[in-house]
Order: sequence, then C-alpha cells, then structure tokens
Amino acid sequence: MTITVNFRLNGEAVEVSCVPDKMLVDLIRDNLELTGTKIGCREGECGACTVIMNGEAVNSCLIPVAKVMGKEIQTIEGVVDKDKLHPIQEAFIDKGAVQCGFCIPGVIMSAKALLDKNKTPDKDELREAISGNICRCTGYVKIEDAINQASSVMSETIVKGGGDER
Amino acid sequence: MWQEYIFPENIEEAVSILNSSKGTARIIAGGTDLMLDLKAGRHEVLKLVDLSKIKELGKIIEENGMIKIGANVTCSQIVNSDLIQRKALALAQGARKLGSKQIRNMATIAGNVVRAQPAADTAVPLAALGAKLEIVSADGTRTMDILDAYGDSLAKSNINSTSEVLTFLYVPVQEAREGSAYVRLDKRKALALPILNIACKVSLLGDTIKGASIAMGPVGPGPQRAVDAENKLTGNTISQDSIKTAAQLVINQCDPRDSAVRGSRKYRMAVINTLAERTITQAVACAKA
Repeated sequence: MTITVNFRLNGEAVEVSCVPDKMLVDLIRDNLELTGTKIGCREGECGACTVIMNGEAVNSCLIPVAKVMGKEIQTIEGVVDKDKLHPIQEAFIDKGAVQCGFCIPGVIMSAKALLDKNKTPDKDELREAISGNICRCTGYVKIEDAINQASSVMSETIVKGGGDER
Repeated sequence: MWQEYIFPENIEEAVSILNSSKGTARIIAGGTDLMLDLKAGRHEVLKLVDLSKIKELGKIIEENGMIKIGANVTCSQIVNSDLIQRKALALAQGARKLGSKQIRNMATIAGNVVRAQPAADTAVPLAALGAKLEIVSADGTRTMDILDAYGDSLAKSNINSTSEVLTFLYVPVQEAREGSAYVRLDKRKALALPILNIACKVSLLGDTIKGASIAMGPVGPGPQRAVDAENKLTGNTISQDSIKTAAQLVINQCDPRDSAVRGSRKYRMAVINTLAERTITQAVACAKA
C-alpha cells in the first residue's frame, strides 16, 4: 500500500508517495533528500529532528506522514533566503554557538519558531523554546547568546526565509 | 506498523470504523506516545484513525459552568488558552510541563488521559479539578469521572481506543474564591517524567477552606486523591499550620513504586508532604488573587 501526501515544504508545493507508516523525518531525509534534519533518538527525546509545522516546532521523528497533508513544513534548508543566511544562522556563527553541529538544525528550528512568533522573548521564554533540544557540546550559553542576538536583529529588520515573509 | 491511515469526517464515522475493524483499528491523537508504543510492540494495529479533521474536537469553550475541551486540543493550546489560565490554572500549569515544546505542539490532553500513566502532567490536574470524560462507542455515549478511566494496574486504561473515542473532557470552571495549582518534582525541567506531581483545587469561604481536592502521582495505578488530607482541610481556617498538618496526611493514599531512575519509594514517601504543602499553599494564593 502507498499513501500520497500533498503539502508545502519550504514555500513550495510538494507531492510524495510512500509507505503509509513512514515518519516525517524519513520522508524529509530519504524521499526528499534533505538531510539537514537529523535523527538523534527517534523517540522525541532529543529534538535533533525538529522542523516547523504550521508555525510550530515539532519532532518530525514522531509524526506519521499522513498528518502532514495540507500543512506548511519548514526545514533547516528553508531557513536561508537563496544565498543569504538568516539572522539566526548569522548569529550562531558570530557567537560561536556551533561545535559538532549535530543539534544545530533542530535548535535553529526551535529558535526560529519562537522568534517568528515573538521577536523579543525573555530569558524564560527563550529557554523554554529550546528546552526540547539537547546539545552535548556547548553547554547552551552561546546558543542563548546567539538567539538573543538574532532577536535584536530581527526586531529591527524585515526577514525573508522559510517559506513566508514577515 | 500500520497499513491504513484514515481521517473520518465526524465522530460517528470514527466509531463506525473502529467497530467494524474489530480491534484492528486504533485512534491516533497527537501520536507522541502511540508511535513509541507501536514501535515497542505494545499494540498491533492495521489502521490508524485520526480525528483531526473533526473541527468541533479542536475547541476549548465555556458552557454551563464547565470548560468543554475537545479530543484534538493540544497541550500547547491549553497552555495558551486565556480561559484555562483563568478558570483551570492547574491544568495550564501541568500542560506546560509535559515533555517539551515540540511534544506539546502535537500531544493532546485526551491522549494523555487515555495513555493512563499515573503521573501524567495533564491527568493529575484534571483529577484534582474533577474532570468528567465523554466516551462514544457503538453502544452510545457515556460520561465517566476521570478517576474511573484508570484500571487496577500501571498504565491500564479503562478506555479502549480500538472501540471507543474520548470526545470531550469537561472541567468545572474555577469560580470566584476558588484556586488551583500544580507542582512537579523532577530531575530536569524538560524531557523528564516527574518524580512526583501534585495538583490541588480549593474553594474558600471567608477565611476557611470550604472544600479541597488533591490529586497525586505516581503513587498508585492512576492519579490518587488524597482524601484524608482533603477532609482535614475542609472546614478549617486557612493557616500555614493547618495546611502543613493536612499535608502530612497525603501519604495515607500513597503507594509509590521503587524507581531506579525517578526515586525510591522511601524517598517519595519522605518528600511528598512538603510538595503537598507547597501545592495547597499555591492553590490558596490563587483563590485569594
């Protein structure tokens, strides 16, 4: 049996057919060959697979593909605007928030989901937004600094990327 | 893990699919627990039945002194609901602690109840708030008290997701001079099951506690009501002493396991009255506010 799913991915309409019990993370990585989204645990316990679905950060490892029908999905590949890095990405580089890099796509998607809704989060809101993303390298301090820097930049400029304009 | 994934247009269709599938079809809500259970072989399933197209199940509304919460309502919706924050605060506080933000954006409180974990972050407050459940099956519609949804053994639900649908949860609104609170003891602030959790609702009359309900987990198969503590509080003048005295009695209804990861029985029994004291104090503060 196959299932056919129609949805929007990084701003474009997509149609994919696959087995009915596939998870979104495997659809993204295997069928669509977008390997920026990582698999850390397949249990919803690490956040490495975080993508944005209809504006909300979700663990793609736990989402059956059927749930994606008609939805808007953003992955890390959609955060860049053509060849221009998003302020969040610039900030992560600028602040040295990336070490091994494995958690980073998931962290950036959680951060983006937050900042797209709330450009000026307070400390608690910021920490809550990334508390579902585990990082073994950085100790989170520079990640927090980067998100705060991105917040300043995004509050002052218009930003494109990830499939919608704001 | 499954062969078909179906989105019924209404509750009747959902029930009909379950009924005709004779145990091989199962409801999927947010899926954050179900996906793990299926992978672990806890259930065998041919069809998953997803209620998300049924719009009436996605709402939180106040109706006749009750807050009516649909089966599709996610933890995030509960956290962000002004109505829940004002009139069922312990539920918003519990929902906020469940899993992580990513999990909360998918997980439903209905699923949290049906999964029947004893320390479920939304089920324990729902128990303290006196929630009722509406269940629909081929035999019709029935209402049950949330405590009756739990069987005699760990994580055993009396709601069978292969034959019936939890459609709505009803929570009595917090009236004036009523308050609630949720307290959780945990090893981490996110992505961690609780060592203990407690929810409390109080009604005040002047300076006395007119009524109190206290639910705790994981100290039994499902959320446990601390009836001795509740009775001790009722009719008494509010004071830190009377709260502390009542809180000592919560252990009477506690029967926790030894957990290698989340605290021994001895530890849990030793600390739960302090947590109860905090929860009752916060509920009283909420009532006075």
